[in-house]
Amino acid sequence: MRGVTRARGAVCAVALALAATGCGGGGSGGGTAGAVLSSSWGDPQNPLEPANTNEVQGGKVLDMIFRGLKKYDPRTGKATDMLARSIDTDDSRNFTIRVKPGWTFSNGEKVTARSFVDAWNYGAGLRNNQKNALFFGYIDGYDKVHPGTGRQTADTLSGLKVVDDHTFTVRLNQKFSSFPDTLGYAAFAPLPRAFFTDHAAWLRKPVGNGPYMVASYMKGAQMSLRKWDGYPGPDKARNGGVDLKVYTDGNTAYTDLMSGNLDLVDDVPAAQLKNVRTDLGDRYINTPAGILQTFAFPYYDKAWDKPGTEKVRTGLSMAINRKQITETIFHGTRTPATDWTSPVLGVAGGFKEGLCGKPCEYHPDEAKKLIKEGGGIPGGQVRITYNADTGSHKEWVDAVCNSINNALGDDKACVGNPVGTFADFRNRIGQHKMTGPFRAGWQMDYPLIQNFLQPLYYTNASSNDGKWSDKEFDELVDRANAESDQTKAVRLFQQAEGVVRDHMAAIPLWYQNGSAGYSERLSDVALNPFSVPVYNEIKVG
Amino acid sequence: MGRYVVRRLLQMVPVFVGSTLLIFLMVNVMGDPVAGLCGERACDPATAAQLKREFGLDKPVWQQYLTYMGHLFTGDFGTAFNGQKVTELMGTAFPVTIRLTVVAILFEIVIGITLGVVTGLKRGRPVDTTVLLLTLVVISVPTFVTGLLLQLLLGVKWAWTRPSVSPDAPFGELIVPGLVLASVSLAYVTRLTRTSIAENKRADYVRTAVAKGLPRRRVITRHLLRNSLIPVVTFIGTDIGALMGGAIVTERIFNIHGVGYQLYQGILRQNTQTVVGFVTVLVLVFLVANLLVDLLYAVLDPRIRYA
Amino acid sequence: MPEQQPYEAGRAVAGTGMGGAMDLAASEATTLERAPGGPEGPGPGGFGPQGVGPAGRPRSLWSDAWRDLRRNPVFLLSALVILFLVFISLRPSAIASGNPLACDLAKAQDGSAPGHPFGYDGQGCDVFTRTVYGARTSVTVGVLATLGVSVFGSVLGGLAGYFGGLWDAVLSRITDVFFAIPVVLGGLVLLSVVTSNTVWPVIGFMVLLGWPQISRIARGSVITARQNDYVQAARALGASDARILLRHIAPNAVAPVIVVSTIALGTYIALEATLSYLGVGLKPPSVSWGIDISAASPYIRNAPHALLWPSGALAVTVLAFIMLGDAVRDALDPKLR
Repeated sequence: MRGVTRARGAVCAVALALAATGCGGGGSGGGTAGAVLSSSWGDPQNPLEPANTNEVQGGKVLDMIFRGLKKYDPRTGKATDMLARSIDTDDSRNFTIRVKPGWTFSNGEKVTARSFVDAWNYGAGLRNNQKNALFFGYIDGYDKVHPGTGRQTADTLSGLKVVDDHTFTVRLNQKFSSFPDTLGYAAFAPLPRAFFTDHAAWLRKPVGNGPYMVASYMKGAQMSLRKWDGYPGPDKARNGGVDLKVYTDGNTAYTDLMSGNLDLVDDVPAAQLKNVRTDLGDRYINTPAGILQTFAFPYYDKAWDKPGTEKVRTGLSMAINRKQITETIFHGTRTPATDWTSPVLGVAGGFKEGLCGKPCEYHPDEAKKLIKEGGGIPGGQVRITYNADTGSHKEWVDAVCNSINNALGDDKACVGNPVGTFADFRNRIGQHKMTGPFRAGWQMDYPLIQNFLQPLYYTNASSNDGKWSDKEFDELVDRANAESDQTKAVRLFQQAEGVVRDHMAAIPLWYQNGSAGYSERLSDVALNPFSVPVYNEIKVG
Repeated sequence: MGRYVVRRLLQMVPVFVGSTLLIFLMVNVMGDPVAGLCGERACDPATAAQLKREFGLDKPVWQQYLTYMGHLFTGDFGTAFNGQKVTELMGTAFPVTIRLTVVAILFEIVIGITLGVVTGLKRGRPVDTTVLLLTLVVISVPTFVTGLLLQLLLGVKWAWTRPSVSPDAPFGELIVPGLVLASVSLAYVTRLTRTSIAENKRADYVRTAVAKGLPRRRVITRHLLRNSLIPVVTFIGTDIGALMGGAIVTERIFNIHGVGYQLYQGILRQNTQTVVGFVTVLVLVFLVANLLVDLLYAVLDPRIRYA
Repeated sequence: MPEQQPYEAGRAVAGTGMGGAMDLAASEATTLERAPGGPEGPGPGGFGPQGVGPAGRPRSLWSDAWRDLRRNPVFLLSALVILFLVFISLRPSAIASGNPLACDLAKAQDGSAPGHPFGYDGQGCDVFTRTVYGARTSVTVGVLATLGVSVFGSVLGGLAGYFGGLWDAVLSRITDVFFAIPVVLGGLVLLSVVTSNTVWPVIGFMVLLGWPQISRIARGSVITARQNDYVQAARALGASDARILLRHIAPNAVAPVIVVSTIALGTYIALEATLSYLGVGLKPPSVSWGIDISAASPYIRNAPHALLWPSGALAVTVLAFIMLGDAVRDALDPKLR
């Protein structure tokens, strides 16, 4: 299961953006079909290759210009067939994938089985520096194409075989029954020959098979996407196109929206939330997304790994007035967390409101008592580490600290510890330099409870940044993964979640919503469970 | 003159090498840039190692610097993490910033010198005191406060201008950001001109000119201003580099995709190639501007001759 | 070489690199340095305050200046403001009884209330208390950065100016190197790796990138002072370099440094705010105007008071120091009498 764990961890990085995607519904017209809308954007961090894009901004684009075998429903997040005609398996290890005929790239080239196999081989190849190569980690032959050290000894994954124009087979190196559900990620998108034959030109102006095509790309400033009239899929664009404009500062984007220079802001800055109703009226949406904010702890630090510190952590959790912070700082775009998953899972999917219980409620007096019982805060002061360059983390970390300080009656019990850049923040986590709790945000890959637990708390899992390890938890997760009955599996996962709660392995803070504001020209604006706008459904005019 | 210029150019070489080395070391102090490339989780070690190898980050810093400088002389400024050539980034960023700088300098020259002359001639009068106080206030408020205030008032409340600048950044849209960028320097140009004018007003040659019966306007523009401009020109000349590199805050507020923006992004992503490349060009601008200013002295003051 | 020297020094003084504000002060000082020589005679002797007059001895310059200052309302006013700032920096609790770290989110962004004349900021902290307590950090940063820059810059600039030759060439080029780095950029790079939540990294950074400004001024003044008769006389009498530097040159060369420093002090305080705005300034639980201004700036629409009070305090402080520097400069500049 380890390989899968790792792969899923990598998957997560991308999910927010990549899994975005539009809806299944066909286009009943309305509005001006040819009109173009403008939307806020951030400069993508990596070249716009499907297997190399692991952040929202690049993912937004891939979501518009690519369609994969599967696609996640913008409302439920459920994986449904897109280019896949069928994905069959007898043993959860050997899969036969049939691709629907009739799909082409926007340059006219047919989408065939080879388009997928070539793309996946490229994505897995070590020499191509694809940051999401781990997606392919459970396909047979990955260790040759992408060895842990040294150079790659094979160019192609031995587990991938083209059978005919529209059929290929995949052999995994282990059983993985939900493999088909992962195929909606952009990393699994098909690639045209042009990607390989003239790579530089492709990067300047990417070509895909989605409802939009790139009309022009001014790197660092703007990308113009236009509706592809020949798009064969059911989710055609209902607008003429989208101009993505790069903003450095979310406040400027919002200011532009107010003054009519921009149609859509898909992340309203916290500072403006107080004004959205007066500024935008009902042109503001606030929908739940599969994102959970937590504080992780450094368990490699003896001070936090001692028995008794779970009382300190629980005490800290109880000293945080989540309700007040989500209302005052976030104006309802966050909901106080009462478990370690997300409401978008639904009750059947494993979300259990109140699973955390009292430890996640605000009880200042008990908080003080518990921390005292647990031996006090290690070092006498909690320093909450976060990166200061993106998002408005400073505001809520300061608010959390003030809440803790007020509860403990010590104005220096907690201080925020900003790190200048995200890169440096990751560095310090990677090098085990954290000495206290640090910001950890989790964006789901697919709406399964497994995805909220295993990558984060399983021993040595890819995103277990605090290196928490607990035998009981690991065993419960293993049993849950082996369980074929979904209800039973969910119950086992929830038992595992109980272990996380009893140790307060990480403090859950709040479920994050997606928020967006748009101009009067737009209608049918929605955010998917990954908090990305469903661009192809938007009507202009 | 020729020998002087050659000597100055030669002196630039060590300064250039030193500045680039300094910024190179500074950026390297920031640590491993690869860690930030893989989102909220650790990069897989093989890819991280491969990336480091490709960007030359696995070598000792001095070797990285030498390689970098070697490439630089062949016109290769390296590649940013998003796969773009740094020269390409410069191609889009510098025209925008140069336009912004031109607007800012025009403000400095037109408003700054005009106010300076007026206050210098009317030293001690109410108009002088008012302008003096105003300039002091401008100097003492941080740029970002001025910028945010103007953006809110002009761009949103009164809707006179666009609150942000479009990617093409035409001159018209750069007026407000240019004013914000220039504000502090503007205040200084005013004060500098004022002092200089007030001081030269009593000089013999001015008295002579007045005594000759020359019109007041001609005395001021031809005699007084010309002789008072040296410190002002000095300041404006050397301000060019500062304006171009110091626009980080202004460019961020008004969403201008110029040099300041690229530097800011480069630093956040610890992109050595971008940061060092841009600073290298800025250092060159700074050195050349300094040289030009010195040569300008000879134009403004014929008594100065460079051996 | 001698002919262009004063101008090179002058240019150097006005040199850029500190992102605007910091060198401006220096440019103004250029005028001061050049003043005695004036446009009539730009020559090596045209520097510095010692050109007061044929009989102008340094002491009389200082006492003249002091007599001027005592009667100058601008000086008196700014000195009063600065004294007040120093007082509240040392004893903030004397006028603000609250605790700057006690914040109640329930009151976030509220306007003024009895006992809380300035209202509350985004975290529900009392703006008045934080503004008063912020003075200490901000003034500390300003004063210590200025002291560091002045000492470091004067020593290096003085040595370069006094010994000349190779010393001068090397030191001046090093000065240029540091001058060429844009200051905001340097701050972003250097301070983003700092984890300490004390004021020292910020001060250290300001000294690191600020000293060339003073160094160039000191160099220029020392070059001029060195050529004076009394220095030649001292040397003829066999005085050591150290004695000449300390007893004869330093007192004569120090005036421009003082002037520029007072003006620069204000700009350092403003720079701290800009660094905080970029997320690399002082860190909590420090209380400073810069932190508060940057934290309040996104809320400019909803809670302008949280931005305006600390901004106002910062502006008044910077103003006081600049006016002080201005007054001192005028007093030291006989031309403008």
